[in-house]
Amino acid sequence: MTERERSSRKDAPESPQAQDAPVTRGEEVTDKIDDLLDEIDSVLEENAEEFVKNYVQKGGQ
Amino acid sequence: MHTRVLGTEVEYGITITKDPSFNPVTASAIIVNAYGGGSGRIRWSYDEESPGRDARGFTLGEVPIDETDSGLVNAVLDNGARLYVDHAHPEYSSPECADPLEATLYDKAGEVVMHRAAGAAAPILDEGQRFALHKNNSDGKGNSYGAHENYLVDRSVNFGDIVHHLTAFLISRQILTGSGKVGAEHGRGSTSYQIAQRADFFEEEIGLETTLKRPIINTRDEPHADPARYRRLHVIFGDANMSEVQTFVKLGTTSLMLMALEEGALDEPIRVAAPVPAVTAVSRDLSLQRPIRLKDGTSASALELQWRYLDTAERYAAAADISPVYKQVLNEWRDLLTDLEQGYQGVTDRLDWAAKLQILEGYRRRDKLEWTDAKLRLLDLQFHDIDPNRGLYHRLVRSGRMRRLFTADEIEYAVEHPPESTRAWFRGESLRRYRDAVVAANWDSLVFDVGSSSLIRVPMMDPLRGTRDLVEDVLDESPDAATLIKKLGGDDD
Repeated sequence: MTERERSSRKDAPESPQAQDAPVTRGEEVTDKIDDLLDEIDSVLEENAEEFVKNYVQKGGQ
Repeated sequence: MHTRVLGTEVEYGITITKDPSFNPVTASAIIVNAYGGGSGRIRWSYDEESPGRDARGFTLGEVPIDETDSGLVNAVLDNGARLYVDHAHPEYSSPECADPLEATLYDKAGEVVMHRAAGAAAPILDEGQRFALHKNNSDGKGNSYGAHENYLVDRSVNFGDIVHHLTAFLISRQILTGSGKVGAEHGRGSTSYQIAQRADFFEEEIGLETTLKRPIINTRDEPHADPARYRRLHVIFGDANMSEVQTFVKLGTTSLMLMALEEGALDEPIRVAAPVPAVTAVSRDLSLQRPIRLKDGTSASALELQWRYLDTAERYAAAADISPVYKQVLNEWRDLLTDLEQGYQGVTDRLDWAAKLQILEGYRRRDKLEWTDAKLRLLDLQFHDIDPNRGLYHRLVRSGRMRRLFTADEIEYAVEHPPESTRAWFRGESLRRYRDAVVAANWDSLVFDVGSSSLIRVPMMDPLRGTRDLVEDVLDESPDAATLIKKLGGDDD
């Protein structure tokens, strides 16, 4: 079943790029994620231990 | 056209930062009361209705004044939603919507409502504190709270058929609907990360409970409509999602399955051999390849099961008279399954569990963190913070890493205005136009005070009446509530 499904419209344009330079692409992905982590660092609650410890909810539905 | 009325009911996690001794019930009540000024004074009416009779679906009735005197904290909003305190959480129940895209929009509007409510209540707090609201389903310490879906289903459908067809669908659906969670809880064996927030909390296959021994299929049956025609399927199994695409797919695929069931378009049901253990097994299988045993002796992974359901839904939709929105559901569904065949990395722009996992794996690599590190649990929590300046989901959206279905303006509009194709339009517009005369509301009626000796109840038993098409003229012709009541009642005389 999945072979047939792979012909989804999203796949076609992206695969040539992936085949061209797989190594570079892996590094780019890491760089992009590091950019994201830097952004997150700037908004993350200061004291992780304390915030997580104090995050206690009563049960609900 | 086959129209499905649906909606969501989301309990939000609530804390007051830098105040570990806060009372969640009080905090929830404070923010609900702080929201939206006038609308907060309109009471929720708990009494039941008898079916009405009128060309537009209205039959008026008189109400003793003290009947609406409820002390519970409740607000009816201009968009037709209900904002209230349920257990120890603020809850937003969306207005009745006519398709899954609209229901997704009003689900997102709920986040804006909560954020505004928290902002309005903030002045009572000390310097440096805030009401932190999280659209998630667990505190990571064994306490879960719900994000329920409701679907109005034709009463003629046998409930046993719903159970047989939906159980395997819901279990496998987790790969599309999970919001992701670090660790395990509720006595389940340890794991580093799992797909669904709620998976650890299900203990039964079927039942009425929602807070203890939660069942995969919930039997609560409050139609808030004519019970001879409808049941209201209450799905308690899903996660609250930040991603718009994900909420849309969650609601859309489930609605399609129910439509196909109502029209007799489903084949023999796929039956899972051991449903409850399968829930946790699917949630913990990040490879998405692990086989689930089926009652017919074969086995299939959650991903394979979802491909089968997609096939069935596509066959049904090809011949069905349904909203074009469902075509969009099928496209998103197919794209997600296709991309999931390659693992989670291809769906981080659409599924919360994958987006969150990408962040966590990034931190693990960069900061060399173990899965037990508090920082990872903080990242897990903060993903769901609804404050646009703090929530990690919002960070992803702002940097273009997460796909959206709506603009911020569209969501803002939905905060103030009801959907047009259900009775929510009559509810919301009546509030907007005749606020001072509306004294109580619930899903299937509004109670007006027009200065006569008793209050006047306007029943709305049919969720597909009271729409903009059906009642805008009579509202436009009524400069005040007294005129409206006269015009609505006039048809009976």
